[in-house]
Amino acid sequence: MKRLILAIWATLSVLLVVPALAQDQLPPAPLAYRQLDDPVLEAKAQRLMETLRCLKCQSQSIADSDAPMAGDMRHQVRSRIAAGEDPEAIRAWLIERYGDYVSYAPQNKPIMWPLFAAPLVILLLAAILLRGRFRRGPAKAERAE
Amino acid sequence: MIAEIGLAVLWMAAALAVLQLFAGFSALRPGGKALAGVVRPLAVMQGLLVALSFMALIDLFLETDLSVKLVAANSHSMKPFIFKLAGTWGNHEGSMLLWVTIMAVSGGVVALVEKRLREDTLIATLAGQAFVSLGFYAFLLLSSNPFERLPEPAPEGMGLNPLLQDVGLAFHPPTLYVGYVGLSVAFSFAIGALITRDVGPAFARAMRPWVLGAWIFLTIGITAGSYWAYYTLGWGGWWFWDPVENASLMPWLAATALLHSASVLASRNALRAWTVMLGVIAFSMSMVGTFLVRSGILTSVHAFAVDPERGSFILALLAIYIGGALVLFGVRANTVTEGERFSLVSREASLVFNNVMLCGILAIVLLGTLYPLMTEAFGAKVSVGPPYFNPVGAIFALPMMVMMAVGPLLRWRRDNPSRISATVAVPALASALALLAVVLLAPGINLLPMLGLAVGAGLALASWLPLRGRNLRRTPLSVWGMVVGHFGLAVALIGAASESAFSTERLAAMNVGDRQSVGPITLRLESIEPVAGPNWTALEATISASYKGGAPVTLHPQARTFSSPPGERTESALHTRWNGQLYAVLGNEGDDGRWQMRFWWKPFVPLLWLGGLLVAFGGLLALIGRVAQDVKRLRVNDKIAFRKARQEALK
Repeated sequence: MKRLILAIWATLSVLLVVPALAQDQLPPAPLAYRQLDDPVLEAKAQRLMETLRCLKCQSQSIADSDAPMAGDMRHQVRSRIAAGEDPEAIRAWLIERYGDYVSYAPQNKPIMWPLFAAPLVILLLAAILLRGRFRRGPAKAERAE
Repeated sequence: MIAEIGLAVLWMAAALAVLQLFAGFSALRPGGKALAGVVRPLAVMQGLLVALSFMALIDLFLETDLSVKLVAANSHSMKPFIFKLAGTWGNHEGSMLLWVTIMAVSGGVVALVEKRLREDTLIATLAGQAFVSLGFYAFLLLSSNPFERLPEPAPEGMGLNPLLQDVGLAFHPPTLYVGYVGLSVAFSFAIGALITRDVGPAFARAMRPWVLGAWIFLTIGITAGSYWAYYTLGWGGWWFWDPVENASLMPWLAATALLHSASVLASRNALRAWTVMLGVIAFSMSMVGTFLVRSGILTSVHAFAVDPERGSFILALLAIYIGGALVLFGVRANTVTEGERFSLVSREASLVFNNVMLCGILAIVLLGTLYPLMTEAFGAKVSVGPPYFNPVGAIFALPMMVMMAVGPLLRWRRDNPSRISATVAVPALASALALLAVVLLAPGINLLPMLGLAVGAGLALASWLPLRGRNLRRTPLSVWGMVVGHFGLAVALIGAASESAFSTERLAAMNVGDRQSVGPITLRLESIEPVAGPNWTALEATISASYKGGAPVTLHPQARTFSSPPGERTESALHTRWNGQLYAVLGNEGDDGRWQMRFWWKPFVPLLWLGGLLVAFGGLLALIGRVAQDVKRLRVNDKIAFRKARQEALK
C-alpha cells in the first residue's frame, strides 16, 4: 500500500513538474558538453556553433553558453555534423525552426541587403570626402605659392 | 536624514546649474559683462554640491539604510564592503547620479584651472556644460530619484546580481562613465568655441587633455570589461559584439579620432571643422551608449535596467543635445574655415585617412548594433554578430593599422615618399616574414587572424621607428606616449589574432583522479570539495596542470551559488604563462557522477589585455607630457608678462 501511494505520488509529481521544468531538469543531451572524437569534424561544428545565437541568453553564441537550450542546440549541431550534414544545411534547418534570429551570420535576404551595402557606401563616401579634400588642397597651395 | 540631505543638495546643485546657464548666456550678450565673474564660482560650487550628494548616497549604501528604496532594492546587509560600495553605482539611479557627479566636478575643474582659452569662450563652454547637465538633473530628480524613501523600511535588501559581484566589475562602470563624461567636457568646449567663433589651436589645446583623459578611461574600461567577460562568463570568449560592449566601443572610436584631429588642430591649425564635428560625434556616442545601456532597449547580458520610460527620457536628451549641437554647427559652419592646407603625402593626410577609417568602423558598429532594432520595425527579427562585425570591421581596421605604421614617420604639411621608403621596408619585411611563418607553420587558419598577425607584427616594429634618430632623453613625453600607444594596439591585435587562430578546447566528463590534456598541457582532477564565501557557497575543484610535463601548478575553478538574490556563476581558474593562458571551468555533475570540465589553452591571449593597458599607458604618458608642456608655457608667459610690466614700471 505504502509503495503504491509512493508510486502514484512519484508519477503525479513527475507529470506535474516535468513539463514546467523539462528544459532544466532533463540531463543535458550527450553532445552538449562532449566534443566529437574527430578533430576535423569538431572544428567544423565549432565554427558553426560560434555563428549561432543562444536564444535564451543574450549576445552569446551557443558555443559560449551554459543555458540548457544552447546545450541542446550544440548536441544537434554536433550530431548532425557527425552524420555528415553540411553546416549551412544545419543552419538552414535551425533558421526554419527558430527564425533568422538564430543565425549571427547575416543571411542573403532583402532585409539584410542594406547591411551588406553599408561598408561599400561608407567606403564610397570616404573616397569622395578624401578626394575632394586633396583635389582642392594642392590647387590652393599652388595658388598660395 | 542623510537621504534628505543628499536630495536637498542635489536640488541646490540643479538650481546652480540653471543660474550658471543663464549667467553664462547673459555674460555673452553685450552689456552682460557684470555676470561674467560669477560663472566660474557657480561651476565650482555646483561640482562641490553634487559631490556631496553622491557621498550621501555612498554613505546610505555602506550603512545599508533599508528605508531607502534604492538601497533595499540593490543591497544586502551581508554583502562584502566592496560590493556595498560598488552597489552605489551598480544600478540605474546611482549610476545616473555618478554621471552627474563626474560631469559637475569636471565642470568645476575646468572653471578652476582653464586659463589658456579666451574668457568668453570659456564662459560659453561652462554655460554649455550647465545646459547638458541640466538634462541629467531633470532626469534624476523627476524620474529616477536615488534618495526615495520606502513607506516602511524593508526587513532585508534584495542584493546585487551575482554576475556583478566581482571586483573587476565593481570599478568597470565608473571607469567608463568618467570616459563618457570626459567627452561631455570636450563637447562643451566644441559648443563654446562654436558660439564665440573661436575654433583654433587654443581651443584644441584646452580640449585635448580632457579628450585624452576620457580616452584613457575608456580604454581601461573596455580592456577591463573584456577581461571581466572573459573570466566570468566561463567560455573563454572575450568580445561578443554585445550592444553594451559596442556602446563602450563607439565612444572610444570617436574619441580616438577626436584625439588625433585635436592634435592636428593644436599643432598645425588644420582640420578645424572636422575636429568640432568629431567633438559633437564623440559625445553623441557617449549618449547613445548610455541610452542603449540604460534603456534596456537592446536586451543583453548587461542590461540590468529595463525601463522604457527612462529610455525615452534619455532619447529625448540625446535629440536635444545632439540635434541642437548639429544645428549650431550648421549655422556656424561657414565661420569655421578648414584651416591650414596640406598635401596628399603628409602626416596630416595620414591622420585624416585614419580618422575616416575610424569613423568607418564607428558607422559599421553603430549600424550593426541598431540594425536588429530597425528590422524589427519591419517585423523581421534578425541577429547581427561576429560573422558581420569581424570581417567588415577589418575592411577598415587593417588599412588603418598599415597607415598607423607609416603616418608617424611622415613630416607635417608636405613630404616626399621616397624619404621614408627605406625605413618602411623594415616593418614591411617583418609583416611578410610573419605572414610566411604563419602560412608555413600553421596552415589552414582563417584569413582574418592570419592578416592580423602579419599586420600586428609589422606595426609592433614600426611603432618604435619614430624614435629613430632622436635623442631618447630629450624626446618629448607625448612622442613616447604615441609610440607606446601604437605599440600597445599592435600587441593587442597579435593577442586577439593568436587567440582566434590557435586556441584549443577540451570538454570532458571527469572522475576525481582522471587525466586529460589540452594543447601542450596535461591535467589531473585531484578533488572536488565544497567551500563557502561571505554570501555564496561553491563547489571547488582542485586541478593540477603541467605544461609539457613540467612542474605542475594547481588551479581552483569554482561553481558558485549565491543566496541573495539566488543565482549561479562559474568562477573560472586561470594559469598564465609567458606564452599563453590555461582556462579551466568546473561545470555540473553528470548523472553518471562524472564532472563536466572545460579547458582551453589560449596561446598569447594575455597580450590582448596587456596591449589594451599599454594603449592606456601611452595615453597617460601623452597626457602628462601635454599638461607639463602647458604648465611650462603658462609659467613662461607669466614671466614674460611680469618682465614687461616691470620694464613699463621702470620707464
